[in-house]
Amino acid sequence: MKNSQETSLDTISEKKATAEILIEIKNLKKSFGRLEVLKDISLKLHNGENLVVLGKSGSGKSVLIKCIVRLLNPDGGTINLLGKEVNSIKGKELSEIREKIGFLFQSGALYDSMTVKQNLEFPLVRIKRDLKETEINNKINEVLENVGLADVLEKMPSELSGGMRKRISLARSIILDPVIMLYDEPTTGLDPVTSDEISELINSVQKKYKTSSIIITHDIACVRITADRIIMLHEGHIYAEGTLAEFEASDDPLIMSFFK
Amino acid sequence: MKKLKIIDIKRVKNIATQRSIKLSEDALDQKERANTFLTEVGDLTLFIKQIVKETFSRNFEFKEFLRQCYEIGNKSLPLIIITGTIMGLVLTIQSRPAMAKFGAVTMLPGMVAVSLIREIGPIITALICAGKIGSGMGAELGSMKVTEQIDAMEVSATNPIRYLVVTRVLAATLMLPILVLFADAFGFLGSWIGVNIKGDVSLVLFVFQAFGSITFLDFFPAIIKTFLFGAVIGIVGCYKGFTAGRGTESVGKAANAAVVLSSLLIIIVDMIAVQITDMWL
Repeated sequence: MKNSQETSLDTISEKKATAEILIEIKNLKKSFGRLEVLKDISLKLHNGENLVVLGKSGSGKSVLIKCIVRLLNPDGGTINLLGKEVNSIKGKELSEIREKIGFLFQSGALYDSMTVKQNLEFPLVRIKRDLKETEINNKINEVLENVGLADVLEKMPSELSGGMRKRISLARSIILDPVIMLYDEPTTGLDPVTSDEISELINSVQKKYKTSSIIITHDIACVRITADRIIMLHEGHIYAEGTLAEFEASDDPLIMSFFK
Repeated sequence: MKKLKIIDIKRVKNIATQRSIKLSEDALDQKERANTFLTEVGDLTLFIKQIVKETFSRNFEFKEFLRQCYEIGNKSLPLIIITGTIMGLVLTIQSRPAMAKFGAVTMLPGMVAVSLIREIGPIITALICAGKIGSGMGAELGSMKVTEQIDAMEVSATNPIRYLVVTRVLAATLMLPILVLFADAFGFLGSWIGVNIKGDVSLVLFVFQAFGSITFLDFFPAIIKTFLFGAVIGIVGCYKGFTAGRGTESVGKAANAAVVLSSLLIIIVDMIAVQITDMWL
């Protein structure tokens, strides 16, 4: 009886654990010509967590998240995203799943021929076609407020500072109320103060929008502010996995080179 | 002596090895070039297939299409007007002595009109647009690719082919015939000015003489091929921008390749169109 009770409890906890996994990657491989960038990556993203992927430049961090949203096609392995195998879906199904993901690009990737307002309404008017103009404007004001910017609606991206561009880009990423946020080096190229502000903003977005995030970075200040769990990539493999405290306490030379 | 011989053998062997390495490198080079060419042709075919598919899909980006028509049509118009006028003027001045030799100066307006409408108007306008519009598309889309704007569009569940490419290709296809009509009209004006440098012909008489020599069969094939020229400029410009590599250098390369390839294809399409027209009409 006890055994059967334990088994059923185990099953429940397993089911709960399965339900909480938003992204599950198994044995992911990706090469560019002869260069193997990702050799055998397996990881999970749980609901509500900030997973930081740490690693040197060229270790395949950006390639990893681009494979998740199928901007790049993996050579091997599987990616289960919100219960669907990303490699096997296409067309409308792929678009539907992408609508649930926010992606903050390293460069911000704001459309430079459009104003801030046009940038923000671009995904909104195309995905939620039944929205009225007032609803669109309300949503734009809401996301701008959430990223701490106002009075920039009619400005062009070229008129904004690096930090402002990152904030607008983040606002555009969250305008469709995503379930998962993917951040590709969110603090690169910013001064330490602005970097910390963006890192705090990542936490605030997580709380307000109840998102789960994968944050690609090599900025330890950002890791310290945002990380619930850390994965370190090295030479195409997962080199280490653990919490911030575990990483900081490690005496491994490679890990220490990041955290000293 | 023996030592020398050994050295000689070694040298011969080295030369032979070097030659065979060079030959195999050349063969590899050729194979790689052939592969690159075939890959490019395959990629371009798939790109055209995607454009056709997205052209007939729902949610056509009409607003962006109109904006592109304005960008391509209206902004190219001054250049086309100036070029068209000069084309007509120069053609008339250059042809006048030859026509005068045969006492056929009165046929000058008709000859210029046929030349402009059948060949010079379409081809010169297309080549100018390949330079202006094709390079613009290659550079703009190439820069969007380099700065991850195309990726951002794709990730936000918007089809970049539908938004960026279909609108540009359709706008170029529709605007080029209109630009050619303007080039022809201003070419006539330039020709009239040219005729009046050494003669005295009223505009009404000039137009009457010019249009008297043109039939529908001169006009129709010329207009049809300008649609093809427009499509070539749009497709090649967008393709080169879309397939730009990484880094700012690739933006310049994309713009350059767009101009070179579209100019070449325009001339090839023109040659085929002339052959078909000659066979059928």
